[in-house]
Amino acid sequence: MKFNRLVLACAAGLALCSVTARAQLTVEITGAGANRLPVAIADFTGERIVAQALASVVRADLERSGLFRLVDAGTALADSATPPFEDLKTRGADAVVGGSVVPGADGRYETRVRLSDVQKQTVLGNPAYLHSGAQLRATAHRIADFIYEKLTGEPGVFSTRIAYVVKSTGRYELKIADADGANDQAALASREPIISPTWSPDGTKLAYVSFEAKKPVVYVHDLASGRRHVAANFKGSNSAPAWSPDGKKLAVVLTKDGGSQLYVVNADGSGVTRIATSSGIDTEPRWSPDAHFIYFTSDRGGSPQIYRVASSGAGLGSPAERVTFEGSYNVTPRPSPDGKSLAFVARNSNGRFQLALMDLATKQTQILTDSAKDESPSFAPNGRMILYATEIGGRGVLAAVSSDGRVKQKLSVQAADVREPAWGPLVR
Amino acid sequence: MRTPLLALPLLSALTLLLAACGSQPPAPEQAASGVESRTPGAVSVESAPVTQVKPETFDAGSIAALKDPRSPLSKRSIYFDYDSYVVKDEFQSLLTAHGKFLSANQKMKMLIQGNADERGSREYNLALGQKRAEAVKKALALLGAREDQMEAVSLGEEKPACTDSGEECWAKNRRGDMLYTGEF
Repeated sequence: MKFNRLVLACAAGLALCSVTARAQLTVEITGAGANRLPVAIADFTGERIVAQALASVVRADLERSGLFRLVDAGTALADSATPPFEDLKTRGADAVVGGSVVPGADGRYETRVRLSDVQKQTVLGNPAYLHSGAQLRATAHRIADFIYEKLTGEPGVFSTRIAYVVKSTGRYELKIADADGANDQAALASREPIISPTWSPDGTKLAYVSFEAKKPVVYVHDLASGRRHVAANFKGSNSAPAWSPDGKKLAVVLTKDGGSQLYVVNADGSGVTRIATSSGIDTEPRWSPDAHFIYFTSDRGGSPQIYRVASSGAGLGSPAERVTFEGSYNVTPRPSPDGKSLAFVARNSNGRFQLALMDLATKQTQILTDSAKDESPSFAPNGRMILYATEIGGRGVLAAVSSDGRVKQKLSVQAADVREPAWGPLVR
Repeated sequence: MRTPLLALPLLSALTLLLAACGSQPPAPEQAASGVESRTPGAVSVESAPVTQVKPETFDAGSIAALKDPRSPLSKRSIYFDYDSYVVKDEFQSLLTAHGKFLSANQKMKMLIQGNADERGSREYNLALGQKRAEAVKKALALLGAREDQMEAVSLGEEKPACTDSGEECWAKNRRGDMLYTGEF
């Protein structure tokens, strides 16, 4: 099943089509969960007046999560109407959503939604949203988030954004898009490589590494103003930025004292402190969500493996705790949002680089993918999906897999390499 | 920037062509300047006369030797094994030539760019390229180059010399490049 927003947008006669056609991320579902919840999302009454489908965006969101099976509702359904429960039971729906879009006096719209349990014939929630015509997709994502949270107990991530880098001939673009790939915008375009973008915890900034100065330099980029500042530009290379959970600091890798080593700087670039020491490579730092530890990759034991140290630097001089032991190449540690598991990239005995997930309490590790060139995993803020870069047919694409390995998606841009994904935080 | 090196054979041909037309002025002063502009176009104009330097005027220690294909100094790349940052013995004589040159020309600065092949993590490969650049820097320091003449940086896997997959290509990308003042 393919969800191409372009088709929807073009069908609705949007002039934007020709502008965004070239760079649009297309999401393709390549695997789904085993027990998907059957849900009917009816067309909303009045949604035609805004010249763009709303319920279809909600449906696409829910279907893409892999946790829902869409059931045809048969007919449009207003939030105020009692759903045809007996008919919906026959169709096999466990939940139904109806809604209405009503224009207000100020040119804005009010969209009211009702989510009902078909078996119990009860109302599970009926939120309302005030929005402009331009905010229709954003409203649809918020409705999908509401339905997702009510039915799964976890926050939805349909209103979040993702960042990634698109490489076309001689050109690198740091892009920001909605989680479904729509509304992509370039935050930065450069003739030199851009790598390792990462979102500030409040979602207002990106830290990244740019090679525009003929060497790697770490920048912090404010998305609203487009302004940026250098966070680390010391002699040698500056790379691998990671935000502290409070957003005040960055862990970075500097080579100013010889070798790639871990440091912490304030987000404005001031106050450099070293937090670990080795004679080899230390890189790819990531804070644990509780801020106590920094996970990182090091070859101090002879092959690249994942370790962790106290983020305070209190353990400086004492040995770091080794986290991975199986295999000869385990890199790019990414703690899950709940801090209980760790995603990373493991090279297997056949030389394939695959996405792995470790339960940090039991050390049990599961390989989540069957691809060969996986890189740069990034958790969705609810921990349910992991976005990563891989290669299909010699071209860089993004892919996402659920943390249980069942749900799989592919996100690609036509005729360009996509890489270095970073999933942004929850929007509150 | 590798362009000047790669462009040399083409430039030699161009020089011959121009010489045949009888319009090429002799330009030893330009040849001695050594410092190039960053744009490939400008580089080619200045590089052409360098290839005309006559054998009797050749001086191994001169800046012109940096571009003379007969001088070891015109070779700027050191290649490494997979996942390794050990400088192999076969590159010792090349490093010796550059170490002596830096020692004799203390105003010259060098940017050493480490590179890695595409396999594995981008950031780990960046660190691997850094280790390679630093291994080159350390070897040059032992041969008489001063610390403040050199900066070791990494381009990781981001600037491959060869973009196909496979060992033959990857071997060309596991590399340390030495760039002199005016070349970066």
